[in-house]
Amino acid sequence: MSIYLNKDSKVIVQGITGGEGSKHTARMLAAGTQVVGGVNARKAGTTVTHTAKDGSEVSLPVFGSVAEAMAETGADVSIVFVPPAFAKDAVIEAIDAGIGLLVVITEGIPVQDSAEFWAHAKAKGTTRIIGPNCPGIITPEESLVGITPANITGKGPIGLVSKSGTLTYQMMFELRDLGFSTAIGIGGDPVIGTTHIDALEAFEADPETKAIVMIGEIGGDAEERAADYIKAHVTKPVVGYVAGFTAPEGKTMGHAGAIVSGSSGTAEAKKVALEAAGVKVGKTPSETARLMREVIESL
Amino acid sequence: MDLYEYQARDLFEQHGVPVLRGITADTPEQAEAAATELGGGVVVVKAQVKTGGRGKAGGVKLAKSAAEAKAAAEAILGLDIKGHTVHRVMVAEGASIEEEYYFSVLLDRANRSYLAMCSYEGGMEIEQLAEERPEALAKVEVDPAVGIDAAKAEEIVRAASFPEELVAKVAPVLVQLYGVFAAEDATLVEVNPLVLTAGGDVIALDGKVTLDENAAFRHPAHADLEDKAEANPLEAKAKAADLNYVKLDGQVGIIGNGAGLVMSTLDVVAYAGEQFGGVKPANFLDIGGGASAQVMAAGLDVILHDQDVKSVFVNVFGGITACDEVANGIVKALEILGDEASKPLVVRLDGNNVEEGRRILAEANHPLVTVVGTMDEAAAKAAELAAA
Repeated sequence: MSIYLNKDSKVIVQGITGGEGSKHTARMLAAGTQVVGGVNARKAGTTVTHTAKDGSEVSLPVFGSVAEAMAETGADVSIVFVPPAFAKDAVIEAIDAGIGLLVVITEGIPVQDSAEFWAHAKAKGTTRIIGPNCPGIITPEESLVGITPANITGKGPIGLVSKSGTLTYQMMFELRDLGFSTAIGIGGDPVIGTTHIDALEAFEADPETKAIVMIGEIGGDAEERAADYIKAHVTKPVVGYVAGFTAPEGKTMGHAGAIVSGSSGTAEAKKVALEAAGVKVGKTPSETARLMREVIESL
Repeated sequence: MDLYEYQARDLFEQHGVPVLRGITADTPEQAEAAATELGGGVVVVKAQVKTGGRGKAGGVKLAKSAAEAKAAAEAILGLDIKGHTVHRVMVAEGASIEEEYYFSVLLDRANRSYLAMCSYEGGMEIEQLAEERPEALAKVEVDPAVGIDAAKAEEIVRAASFPEELVAKVAPVLVQLYGVFAAEDATLVEVNPLVLTAGGDVIALDGKVTLDENAAFRHPAHADLEDKAEANPLEAKAKAADLNYVKLDGQVGIIGNGAGLVMSTLDVVAYAGEQFGGVKPANFLDIGGGASAQVMAAGLDVILHDQDVKSVFVNVFGGITACDEVANGIVKALEILGDEASKPLVVRLDGNNVEEGRRILAEANHPLVTVVGTMDEAAAKAAELAAA
């Protein structure tokens, strides 16, 4: 078991012919993901060629629309690599086609576009969005839909949910001997599809996941709300980490959502809230990894 | 990006929101001329600073003549308001105000939606109103797919308990203000106060607007609203090189890949610094996934020109980018910089192809570079070097 994604997931790539789309299609195939095609209205009817995990050559069809790609391939997952100016249309198209899981990697999407496609997804109720501006999702040894390096670690008992890509990699690396059920990067934008709470709920229900590591950062109150959720609904041990203790007020730290405004959104407030919910919070990534190691050893 | 009041006023005007005439002035003489241009009658001289509470700080003055406007500007220019020095005032037409209201529309992160807030009782700090009389502040969710149309605007005005005869006057202004929010890709449009004049007009007297920088690509005019004079020169240089850089007040320069990892690096360096006389991170710099030699060189160039920097910590987790590419980037960056690279560099590499990356750095054997195995040890080493 895993959450949201497994070896049977059939994946299409929106923006498969672009630079990033092409590079990561190759990486996803190498990781064993069942990539079954792509979408680019201007290149419909062509194919792109890549190398599969077993070394064989695969020819992937490029479709004119997500709906067509789904009908022809049975795809249930799509990943979006299209540039910010076109991302909203790509996401709305995928929602309208009824895709089950939609991973939006694109960085720099105007937040009003994200708010609009989120409102659309919510009204339709059929699509789970991960991102935007995220590294995507990996169920190690089964499927990768995103840009996370697939070779850091393998399968294991830990579920991971994080706002940050590189901190996800760092944490997977620190705990590489233990392994992960699924690791999700939910993204650092102000408006995102899947939240910490969504992932916590899914990990709680996943029998393979024995403990959860949750990585947050300054800005917003998602971690505080996750803390409330953990207190009420999560029985599995949760270890937390929050980046940005030294971030000054009013300076955006790289992610569009990572800003301390006034007294809200500080790392300290998030740590306090998480600890009050029984979450062990590490001061650094290495300490967080050590806390998780202790949790796993005590199970 | 937060705008000044006069910039917000201009945007409002462009989108048909009723505003009073206003002219900016950087000197008392300009303020006098502005008051004359506005007719020589009553004007209000207002400090242009990106912070609240300027009225209490003496940053807003009524002037009954052009000479008084000059004197007011003299008093206001150069004032320090909560750490912001006043370099510019706006001379605005006076108005006879009957009533003051409050309105804002903003991105509501928690609900992934928009929120409109409106009060029939304006003119006070909105945080104070929300705290003391929450029932007086109407909060109405706005569907991002629909926005504020005439019907929604009336719903908001009624929710704020405006008397019925004012609904038809106020609601159209809210629609226009939402027009600013949507058309300009704002994350906040706030009017405090929105006023009813003796003449019966509804006017946005003071506006606050925050624009979404991610949307800059479809608003070429927004670049002109940037506060280039206010920006730190190092930040300006980094921006010109398309680097994600924020100047901080410490001594350890930081370069890393990924916003989360860099934020985490700042924390780890600050903790390590506690052992070394309280040295702190000097900046935030995320060079992103690519980390090519050019980007690394551009980043090092900015950081090494920071007079406060005593040591540099390069913290990279090779995910997509292999560590050997990163190592080559560092070596080439040091070549490009030559003698300009003068401060010790502590490098921590992990992840993809790390052995090869470390081998490249060992082979280059640059006298300024120390390679350290873990993030914690590297932070301690960088802090130690900065304290030396």
